Amino acid sequence: MYEIVGKKNLGEGINLYNISAPDVALKALPGQFIILRVNKNGERVPITIANSDKNDKTVTILVQTLGKTTHLLSELNVGDSLADVVGPLGVPTEIEKFGTVVCVGGGFGIAAIYPIAKAMKSAGNNVISIIGARSKGLLLMEDEMRSASNEVLVATNDGSYGSKGIVTDVLRELIYDKKIQIERVIAIGPVIMMKAVSDLTREKSIKTTVSLNPIMIDGTGMCGACRVLVDKKTKFACVDGPDFDGHLVDFDNLMNRLKFYKEEEKASYECHIKEHHKL
Amino acid sequence: MDKNANTSRQNSLETKERLKIKKHEMRCQPPEERRHNFKEVPYGYSPEEAVEEAKRCIRCKKPYCIEGCPVNIDIPAFVKLIEEGDFLGAAKKIKENNSLPAICGRVCPQEDQCEKVCTIGKRKDTLSVAIGNLERFVADYESKYGDIHIETNKGKGKKIAVVGGGPAGLTVAGDLCKMGYSVSIFEALHEIGGVLMYGIPEFRLPKEILLRELKVLEDMGVEIFTNEVIGKTITVDELFNERGYSAVFIGTGAGTPKFLNIPGEELNGVYSANEFLTRVNLMRAYNKSEYDTPIKCGKTLVVFGAGNTAMDAVRTGLRLGYDDAIIFYRRSRKEMTARLEEVHHAEEEGVKFEFLINPIRFIGDENHNVTAVECERMELGEPDESGRRRPIPIKGSEFITPIDAAVIAIGTNVNPIVPSSTPGMSLNKWGYIIADENTGKTTKKGVFAGGDIVTGAATVILAMGAGKKAAVAIDKYLETGIW
Ligand SMILES: Cc1cc2nc3c(=O)[nH]c(=O)nc-3n(C[C@H](O)[C@H](O)[C@H](O)COP(=O)(O)OP(=O)(O)OC[C@H]3O[C@@H](n4cnc5c(N)ncnc54)[C@H](O)[C@@H]3O)c2cc1C
Ligand SMILES: Cc1cc2nc3c(=O)[nH]c(=O)nc-3n(C[C@H](O)[C@H](O)[C@H](O)COP(=O)(O)OP(=O)(O)OC[C@H]3O[C@@H](n4cnc5c(N)ncnc54)[C@H](O)[C@@H]3O)c2cc1C
Ligand code: SF4
Ligand code: FES
Repeated sequence: MYEIVGKKNLGEGINLYNISAPDVALKALPGQFIILRVNKNGERVPITIANSDKNDKTVTILVQTLGKTTHLLSELNVGDSLADVVGPLGVPTEIEKFGTVVCVGGGFGIAAIYPIAKAMKSAGNNVISIIGARSKGLLLMEDEMRSASNEVLVATNDGSYGSKGIVTDVLRELIYDKKIQIERVIAIGPVIMMKAVSDLTREKSIKTTVSLNPIMIDGTGMCGACRVLVDKKTKFACVDGPDFDGHLVDFDNLMNRLKFYKEEEKASYECHIKEHHKL
Repeated sequence: MDKNANTSRQNSLETKERLKIKKHEMRCQPPEERRHNFKEVPYGYSPEEAVEEAKRCIRCKKPYCIEGCPVNIDIPAFVKLIEEGDFLGAAKKIKENNSLPAICGRVCPQEDQCEKVCTIGKRKDTLSVAIGNLERFVADYESKYGDIHIETNKGKGKKIAVVGGGPAGLTVAGDLCKMGYSVSIFEALHEIGGVLMYGIPEFRLPKEILLRELKVLEDMGVEIFTNEVIGKTITVDELFNERGYSAVFIGTGAGTPKFLNIPGEELNGVYSANEFLTRVNLMRAYNKSEYDTPIKCGKTLVVFGAGNTAMDAVRTGLRLGYDDAIIFYRRSRKEMTARLEEVHHAEEEGVKFEFLINPIRFIGDENHNVTAVECERMELGEPDESGRRRPIPIKGSEFITPIDAAVIAIGTNVNPIVPSSTPGMSLNKWGYIIADENTGKTTKKGVFAGGDIVTGAATVILAMGAGKKAAVAIDKYLETGIW
């Protein structure tokens, strides 16, 4: 049903897939996500839409192999199909002409930030993107990000490319040393990164949007598994988000909730790997 | 099949003799056994038991039971057919008004409907006819021995979109398909059935029964599109303008869980009933070896609430392996809204009930997992707007109970995805869709609605009833063009 029509390994356990999903492709806007199931006994797993092609009727996703489901997905190839793809879910990112917009992406967050940067640029913003990786070879989507932004700044942990350090270091430099007037920051990546970015921009009251990734099931507001605390109020990330004001998000709560099924996920993954090696 | 019936003799049974027959309770899996498995609790009647139970109906001149039934099934008529041994005839009779009797026989709150007003139930020393059990019996009998193929009329040439595959949507779809329309169901999840699929557990409504009904619909030619969130994937307006549907029925349910809004509710191990039940039912988390969605287990599970959802959650907890599964309810036993049978079954299985208790905060450990709940005791004051006595906290009655998980089953709010993406359709102050009670017509031309999205959380039979009425109204609208 939902055929994989393209797949590319981007290194470090990250794969890019083009998936045929006509209804989703026609509708997807930056900031939205899909929920997929690899097979009929599988989990429902949320993944951000990195790109959509209305002509080919496909969506592009980048997935980091973490546990059983993403591992199962990594074993699929062009021509295989997914059991289910539903979307586009969530509220699209607010795209407007703000002025200077800084897009911060880490890890698979770069995939999520790419369509936003692109849309922000077409809306007439001056888009500065900051993307990071551990080292040069692991940097994702650099070319795409360059075409989607007015300027791209790179940070690598080992200093093999761009500046040495992490994305927040680069952002701090922009704000404090280069004193660039920034109207909006969008940050997507590991929770810890989004938290650090939000802490940094809070000092200068630069409005910051983050995209939250709690555990989800239905993605339609029916179960409440995805609830997050924003301004001390309960919000459902799948329908009220996934974008929220980073200055109001309780990131520690999110990190804790993400850990809840660690044991079960680990057991399920190990069991899967064992069976996998038997074959 | 007719070997149990001796029509002439039974027809001549005197009322006096009928009243002497004891009610036949359904045989069930023993509680100690069933609290460890997900298999259905009652075994159902044997044909002999059904005939004997049917004999208890005194065929009232004024059958109150029919009025008590939200879809006015001709109860004495189908019960008489059972007595005569014509079980397939009885099934047909029920299906004149209710297309999903195997489901309703299992989940309807009969004690508030037909069985509540049954004449013999109102007498001092006799109990109501077990109408629900009989309905369930004939539906199961028909599925085994009958021909459940349904004739559909020739094409009327118009397409109708049904949004949401719960009981309301399934009923509209079936009825319109029979009339000859081409009908498509659009369902957000990967399986249709609504609450029947994701909410009500296997031990109360085996999935097999639901799948059987869904297959009947598919065989009739109803098209089913899963993974389509109307309002996101396609909007209602696009269903008309781009997909060529002539009418749209919205049956998206009430489905957004309410929380208590007390401190600690965000801790791990605090679930909405919908999450807890969806993991187990829709995602089959109880079958760990075959399915991937996880669920936790521990010593003590507390469920807040006392409706069907709360009973389903607490009994699911027992079956998952919690040693103690407890209901905490802020009102008293009398105000519980769950079906009586479920409460009985839960008690037999060892569920504990604590009344007049209100949670005030959850307490967690350094890993952010819930470890206890602090509650206060309540007393009943004056009646509130629901007519039930309002619970009031007793000062200084706070106490702490250690728990491993908590499920919140205190009701639902409207899910805004369809209402907020459909301009021109009026909503009431809670956000539910305003629709005419007799036709399901909304304020938007061509759009009908019914079930929980109109009434707020209600019952399966009311959702089906709304679907039935809407099907008639949709046909009329498409035939005449008059809105
Ligand atoms: C809105 C949103 C967008 C996302 N976008 C992407 C993306 O573009 N690319 C990408 O690689 N990942 C993305 N994720 C994360 C992705 O869903 C998880 O990595 C995936 O579910 C892991 O599944 P698993 O079985 O392989 O690993 P598991 O071993 O099951 O889990 C690994 C970790 O992933 C998280 N996780 C597990 N199950 C879920 C679930 N059902 N929903 C959300 N998180 C879960 C938990 O923190 C868990 O500890 C996104 C998550 C959300 C909520
Ligand atoms: C746990 C539980 C136990 C219950 N037990 C009983 C019982 O014993 N007896 C009884 O009579 N009643 C019971 N009820 C209530 C009963 O199930 C509901 O009143 C009934 O299911 C309502 O039917 P519906 O068709 O209106 O909606 P639902 O059954 O809620 O179905 C709505 C469907 O629409 C889908 N949907 C939602 N939004 C969209 C969208 N945007 N696009 C596409 N599809 C969408 C949903 O995924 C769902 O499948 C129970 C409810 C629960 C939660
Ligand atoms: S009210 Fe009771 S006894 Fe009378 S017809 Fe109905 S089921 Fe039979
Ligand atoms: S994932 Fe179920 S409500 Fe958000």
